[in-house]
Amino acid sequence: MPAKSLTIALAGNPNAGKSTIFNNLTGTRQKVGNWPGVTVEKKEGHLTANGYHLTIVDLPGTYSLTAYSIEEIVARNFILDEKPDVVVDVIDASNLERNLYLATQLRELDTKVIFVLNMADLAEHRGVKVDGNKLSELLDVPVVFTVGNRNKGTQDLLKTIISVAESDIELPRIRRVYYGKDIEKAIGEVSEFIKDKRGANLAYNIRWIAVKLLEKDRIVQEQIRSAATPEADAILNEVKQKRQRLRDFFDEEPEIVMTDHRYGFIAGIVKEVLKTVSRKRVDVSRQIDQVLTNRLLGLPIFVFFIWAMFQLTFSLGAYPMNWIDAGVGWLGQAVGGVMPEGILQDLIVDGVIAGVGSVIIFLPNILVLFFCIALFEDTGYMARAAFLMDKVMHLIGLHGKSFIPLLMGFGCNVPAIMATRTLESEKDRILTILINPLMSCSARLPVYILLAGTFFGARAGNAIFSIYALGIVLAILIGRLFRSTILRGNVAPFVMELPPYRLPMLRGLFIHMWDRSKLFLRKMGGVILIGSVVVWSLSAFPREVQFSRDYENEMATISDQYGTLIATAQGDRREELVKERDKTISALEAQRAVEKVERSYMGHIGKAFAHVFAPIGMDWRGSVAVLSGFVAKEIVVSTMGVLYAVGSDMDEKSEALKLALKRSGITPLSAYAMMAFVLIYVPCLATVAVIRRETNSWKWALFSVTYSTTLAWLVAFIIYQGGKMIGLS
Amino acid sequence: MNLSELKQGHTATVVRVGGDDGPFRRRLLEMGFLCGTEIYVEKYAPLKDPIELILKGYHVSLRVNEATCVQVENVRGGVE
Repeated sequence: MPAKSLTIALAGNPNAGKSTIFNNLTGTRQKVGNWPGVTVEKKEGHLTANGYHLTIVDLPGTYSLTAYSIEEIVARNFILDEKPDVVVDVIDASNLERNLYLATQLRELDTKVIFVLNMADLAEHRGVKVDGNKLSELLDVPVVFTVGNRNKGTQDLLKTIISVAESDIELPRIRRVYYGKDIEKAIGEVSEFIKDKRGANLAYNIRWIAVKLLEKDRIVQEQIRSAATPEADAILNEVKQKRQRLRDFFDEEPEIVMTDHRYGFIAGIVKEVLKTVSRKRVDVSRQIDQVLTNRLLGLPIFVFFIWAMFQLTFSLGAYPMNWIDAGVGWLGQAVGGVMPEGILQDLIVDGVIAGVGSVIIFLPNILVLFFCIALFEDTGYMARAAFLMDKVMHLIGLHGKSFIPLLMGFGCNVPAIMATRTLESEKDRILTILINPLMSCSARLPVYILLAGTFFGARAGNAIFSIYALGIVLAILIGRLFRSTILRGNVAPFVMELPPYRLPMLRGLFIHMWDRSKLFLRKMGGVILIGSVVVWSLSAFPREVQFSRDYENEMATISDQYGTLIATAQGDRREELVKERDKTISALEAQRAVEKVERSYMGHIGKAFAHVFAPIGMDWRGSVAVLSGFVAKEIVVSTMGVLYAVGSDMDEKSEALKLALKRSGITPLSAYAMMAFVLIYVPCLATVAVIRRETNSWKWALFSVTYSTTLAWLVAFIIYQGGKMIGLS
Repeated sequence: MNLSELKQGHTATVVRVGGDDGPFRRRLLEMGFLCGTEIYVEKYAPLKDPIELILKGYHVSLRVNEATCVQVENVRGGVE
């Protein structure tokens, strides 16, 4: 017998414990993605019970079902259009009144609803007891009690879900919200008016549509208008008149009066179902906040937490990073050993393994970072962080919650951009994503260390610090600029709940951490793979280049010449000669490598761009290095190693490379301009991929690439040309 | 008097939520800032903005300039 399928939607206020219930129901069988067309996270889980195959869809947490935020629209449209078999509304029992606001709105839709009263134990701790039977009776809805973080009541809930889904009970039509005589009259009239207007795109419950029209609901209005029939126009006109009449009567917008009535209705219910069992109120959460958001201690403690998070991420992450690095190196060698030499081997080893390896290496950091973020979120500290930092972030036109993603950017922009998922407003999110690459990530540090170390000597530290500061200043300026132009709009209001602190569930933490890391691995894999192969191909082709000199021959000659000399020499002289020979040959090899790159497609591109880079003080070698840095910015260092003829396995501490750079015509000024350029120009491939992923559009990814590169050139130009004008070199 | 003029520890009753008709006003109402609701000022953030409030048994924060939209009366309590 094939299992019957049911779709269950999970709705509820933010912080009502919805995701814990979701995790309890579905375990690890979850799929995280985005809702189509928007950047809101969509979670789906599957399970089989009683011969049913259940798909549980976690709707975005909302306080209401109006059409003001994307989350609300997404949640509402899912219920209206996908018609789930049952909607489960998770209600925080210790916060009944406000949670019932959404609940009453769900009751107004044509759908089967179950109320889950979560955390009733907490409510009792705070001195109130909820009478579930009474609530069930009053609203004509099945009520289940759960304690999410102790996995209590999950089986009960599952049973109720299935029995409600199976039953073909007439959807309850009684005991809806009563909006008062005058509004009810208007609802009745509008319902009557639209009842038989078939040409107006009316797919839902008539009363609900009437209510929404009177509330001036954008989406419902739009839907009717899109029918573009005379009937549709008539409806909109009728509603307009009714609204005007109500407005005149109440001296207030009808939707405000209706909100008032809903809360009035809720107050009546709360009075009946809520019993005060004791007067003692041990509010542990409030006491914790006396310390954590304390006027004096709040900020220092916050700084400490952030510091601890970074320490943990980069010190704990460093060990597995080394293992992965070694593992990737070993794999490259092993594959290189097994495969026959040639183009395919180069492609696999230098292109695929090295390229993907350079991204996989960030996985340990990402795991630890996401674990910390999950900890902040699940305990409720994230809301406090936003509370503490909002004043600062408001300067850039951002919400307090943007602080953490921006700060994480100093580590790695990829997880930082993924962390913007905690932001509710889409504009805030995009702005935070766009300015995130200006936070100088750790991959850029080797480049600064090399250039500053070479050209600024003792003042290298100051030079590097100033680059970080430049990034922050630019982020503020660009943030304000974008906020007043392309991302215009008010800063998201700060009506933010500070939920009670909760002990996180370890399982929940790991699920959250793994969900995001998985996304990183899977989605990055594809783009990174292609990108590394492209960059590799550009520098590896054409295979056979016409060298200006016959290196092979010259090397052979030198080898021969020294061979005879060494054969006749004695003692120390002999060793000197061997060293001299090796030095001469490796110099030739390095020169050949330079010429190889120079004549590769990458070299051609670099030279083609040379006059673009000339005004900012970079020659073709600089431009090739910078271009190769698109894959990952630390590659700039190794490319410079190749181009300045000292070999490819150079790092930022190499003395030979420093010497070569000093001789190459780079001045402190052009080095500083290049540092600024490296700070700002195109985010690395992984970052571009994650921007595309998180904004759900190539448009923003391309915009990010364009604006950052333009800005980088302008800033470097001002530094270089401005510096020359005031006589620096 | 508006909400932003209250000090830590004050309790007041909401008279009206003003401001322009938009998502913000609507959101405040949905979160329970209704006429007759009691609001307690738990604290101000270390940088004096935003404010932490308690209403209907839960904690919520609001920026100071957003709090100016909420008209209150019957202010009582307070530490001073």
